[in-house]
Amino acid sequence: MTAPGPGPAPDRHFRPLDADGVREVVAWAAAEGQPLEVIGTGSKRALGRPVQAAHVLDLSAISGVEAYEPAELVITAKAATPLAEVEALLAGADQEFAFEPMDYGPLLGLEPGRGTLGGMLATNLSGPKRLKHGAARDHVLGIHAVSGRGEIFKSGGTVVKNVTGYDLSRGLAGSWGTLAVTTSLSLKVLPAPQTEASVLIEGLEDDEAADALCRAMGTSAEASSAAHLPQGIGSRLAVDGLSLDRPATLIRLEGFAPSVDYRFEALAHLMKPLGPVTRLEAEPSRALWRAVRDVRPFCSDAAPVWRVSVAPASGSDFVATLRENCEADAFYDWSGGLVWLSMPDGDAHAAEVRFAVSQVGGGHATLVRADAATRANLAVFEPQGAALAALGHRLKAQFDPVGILNPGRMLAGA
Amino acid sequence: MSGLKMPEANRDVLSRRAEIVSALRAIVPGEGVIDARTEMRAYETDALTAYRQMPLVVVLPETVEQVSRVLRYCFDNGIKVVPRGAGTSLSGGALPLEDGVLLSMMKFNRVLDIDYSNRAVVTQPGVTNLGITRAVEHEGFYYAPDPSSQIACSIGGNIAENSGGVHSLKYGLTTNNVLGLEMVLITGEVIRLGGKHLDAEGYDMLALMTGSEGLLAVVTEVTVRILQKPETARAVLVGFATSESAGRCVAEIIGAGIIPAGMEMMDRPAIHAAEDFVHAGYPLDAEALLIVELDGPEAEVDHLLGEVAAIARRNGCTSSRTSTSEAERATFWAGRKAAFPAVGRISPDYLCMDGTIPRKALPEVLSRMQDLSKKHGLRVANVFHAGDGNLHPLILYDANKLGELDAAEAFGADILRLCVHVGGVLTGEHGVGVEKRDLMGEMFNEIDLAHQMRVKCAFDDRQLLNPGKVFPELHRCAELGRMHVHAGALPFPDIPRF
Ligand SMILES: Cc1cc2nc3c(=O)[nH]c(=O)nc-3n(C[C@H](O)[C@H](O)[C@H](O)COP(=O)(O)OP(=O)(O)OC[C@H]3O[C@@H](n4cnc5c(N)ncnc54)[C@H](O)[C@@H]3O)c2cc1C
Repeated sequence: MTAPGPGPAPDRHFRPLDADGVREVVAWAAAEGQPLEVIGTGSKRALGRPVQAAHVLDLSAISGVEAYEPAELVITAKAATPLAEVEALLAGADQEFAFEPMDYGPLLGLEPGRGTLGGMLATNLSGPKRLKHGAARDHVLGIHAVSGRGEIFKSGGTVVKNVTGYDLSRGLAGSWGTLAVTTSLSLKVLPAPQTEASVLIEGLEDDEAADALCRAMGTSAEASSAAHLPQGIGSRLAVDGLSLDRPATLIRLEGFAPSVDYRFEALAHLMKPLGPVTRLEAEPSRALWRAVRDVRPFCSDAAPVWRVSVAPASGSDFVATLRENCEADAFYDWSGGLVWLSMPDGDAHAAEVRFAVSQVGGGHATLVRADAATRANLAVFEPQGAALAALGHRLKAQFDPVGILNPGRMLAGA
Repeated sequence: MSGLKMPEANRDVLSRRAEIVSALRAIVPGEGVIDARTEMRAYETDALTAYRQMPLVVVLPETVEQVSRVLRYCFDNGIKVVPRGAGTSLSGGALPLEDGVLLSMMKFNRVLDIDYSNRAVVTQPGVTNLGITRAVEHEGFYYAPDPSSQIACSIGGNIAENSGGVHSLKYGLTTNNVLGLEMVLITGEVIRLGGKHLDAEGYDMLALMTGSEGLLAVVTEVTVRILQKPETARAVLVGFATSESAGRCVAEIIGAGIIPAGMEMMDRPAIHAAEDFVHAGYPLDAEALLIVELDGPEAEVDHLLGEVAAIARRNGCTSSRTSTSEAERATFWAGRKAAFPAVGRISPDYLCMDGTIPRKALPEVLSRMQDLSKKHGLRVANVFHAGDGNLHPLILYDANKLGELDAAEAFGADILRLCVHVGGVLTGEHGVGVEKRDLMGEMFNEIDLAHQMRVKCAFDDRQLLNPGKVFPELHRCAELGRMHVHAGALPFPDIPRF
């Protein structure tokens, strides 16, 4: 890479080869007040607000696993290392990222498997197993990054127990590249469960399902995922050999085989009064949860899609409240607490969605799929109260005082 | 105080003490403001008792509004504030300042909401860690992070220190079990983060607050996740002739895909001290002792106990006992949980260190620690959270012997440098506080530290909350903030710049 020259130069595409190269580009951009759009492979460009930046900081060359020792339960890799590559490596040692990072590709009309580790942290990805294992933020142990000041800094380390200084690594989770550019990260990994099975109960209404899921999560069965797919959703999952034509309530159990069998029986017993209980074996269960993870039911069209997080027991109330004001397709993950919404009339109905969130005790809604014009004109992320928003601004101003990193990505004008 | 430099006291504040006390009394009436020296004595130290300092005045607010008004008053008058929970910090995080208000949160002692369907408890910060479990255990639930101090330490202090416990290996640290909180900034602004739902909306302030050691904001309410108790839990006690073989056993258990609920190791001095104290039946001939606990349904626990026993045998264990009753399991743990007081019986004083290392470095670190013990002429006993590489070397010394405290501190610093040298960190769960403050440079360079301080500047740019902790040097936020811009307008023109 050649060092960027002086003066404004519109539409430059920087592809540094190492962290020092990233620092040079950011330092230049900061000194010249030139905003940058930071991308790994660009797989989530259509998520969030469109960035208002002339130049691209392309991290795709900052890739590769730096250290992986399965017995230490940690992996360190450069930021643009493809997530798919890392997951394959982990699988080879019977390990995994327990938070099950979802793949937004299919929902955004891209081929799957394009995301990078840096993007995973910046958007704090997770999947159905977040219910038990947390999200990317719960598994990051340390980072190296370049702040908007053009300075390289590190935080955390490669060990799980660490409270040395502020937790900047976790603090960067979900910051959408607006505070710093991560160049390398260490993440906790866990043994992959030996096997899994899922409990399936058909025919429940949303509110009955919410009850059933919360009850199951309140037992010692240690379910790792719990979802409800209302009528018309299961049939759009596109999982081979599995046809879910009726409402499907699903609870996932993972672990050693004798334990999974035992816990399955315990849950089946608990759920029996609600209707016949079916067991999904490991293969169909895995395929099913992967489809839930990647929001497959909403991948076949282009309607606006919301990702809504509320208290688990409030998920179905949220949808009922919303439907008093507009039409919406919905399904539930995280024991009812994660609601995926698709808006069939093409309008995002932001006011209605935000009103419904406020009516069920709070949470947040993110417009994860919409055309660029809609995303530029609406608050894509949940609006915050004045004091919290001001604190966020101050944090941004500390890390990126000139406002060159992904301006506009999270907030208009910031 | 042994060589510890704290921020210079503000003479003006000291001279205005009477006026400050009466202004605080106007906000927190009755016994909520303590200014008599005899009564303030209880607050002059935390569990790092080597350091003591009388505060300017102690305030015990009872409402969020009082907290907000106290902080606002201090902000307006340039008065420092040290938040305090139960005062069990081992790093001096709650050490008072001569010219600072000590803000005790222990009157915030109510559990506010127990929500079983959302598996969440909303509580005030002064409730003890164990108090949360006590409030829900009749329904079979518990709060998972379990620091050994859980009977005394407050959940607010746990947030501030990101505390862990023996079960953090499987169930995570405080940061993984907190869903939301309410906090008051030094300006008096009240902010709520998260709730019973998952994930942050916007920047993950919850992550920054957890482990922030009282430097960012005062926590006034906490929402935590609770779990249903596992059906069974059983523990195995395994003795080894060398710490190397114990270390290999730990690595193989994890390599076999088993994440025990807890996996603790003790070395010979710690085994003997604990056994003499609680008579848990520990093998006195062993150089290293492992306690491995497995929990879950009986079928799983039985299955895994068999695997763990086989791995232990393969690594040449010299003894192995599996608990057959709850009482026996409790006895196994009693020795480990009493390790600190047990060591306290064999030495007039001890310093508890808290580094974390990669598991594989354990044998090397142990043997180098023996060398250091000789060098400094002090004994050391070791207890570890072996599963996650978190060491607690206990350095034995006698404060009444000239120079021993200094020697103990030097020994401790050498141990922590060793931890960093092998790829680990200065503190796994006890926090930096004043104790490890001046060692931060071993792990971080100036720029790293400046970026941490920038978080501080976003929350508290006048640096009034708990100054003198965590950071080896205080830089004014304005100095940290300089940035040279050639072209392009500054964004956020509406925000005052320092
Ligand atoms: C015998 C013993 C065993 C221990 N074992 C463990 C262990 O196994 N694991 C572990 O992690 N720790 C352990 N500790 C350390 C200690 O108990 C923890 O750090 C605990 O979280 C401190 O809680 P506290 O309420 O006593 O806080 P304090 O000691 O009062 O304060 C600690 C820090 O928290 C800040 N703070 C307190 N309350 C608030 C609030 N409401 N808002 C903002 N800031 C606040 C203070 O300013 C200070 O910086 C042990 C301590 C002892 C004495």
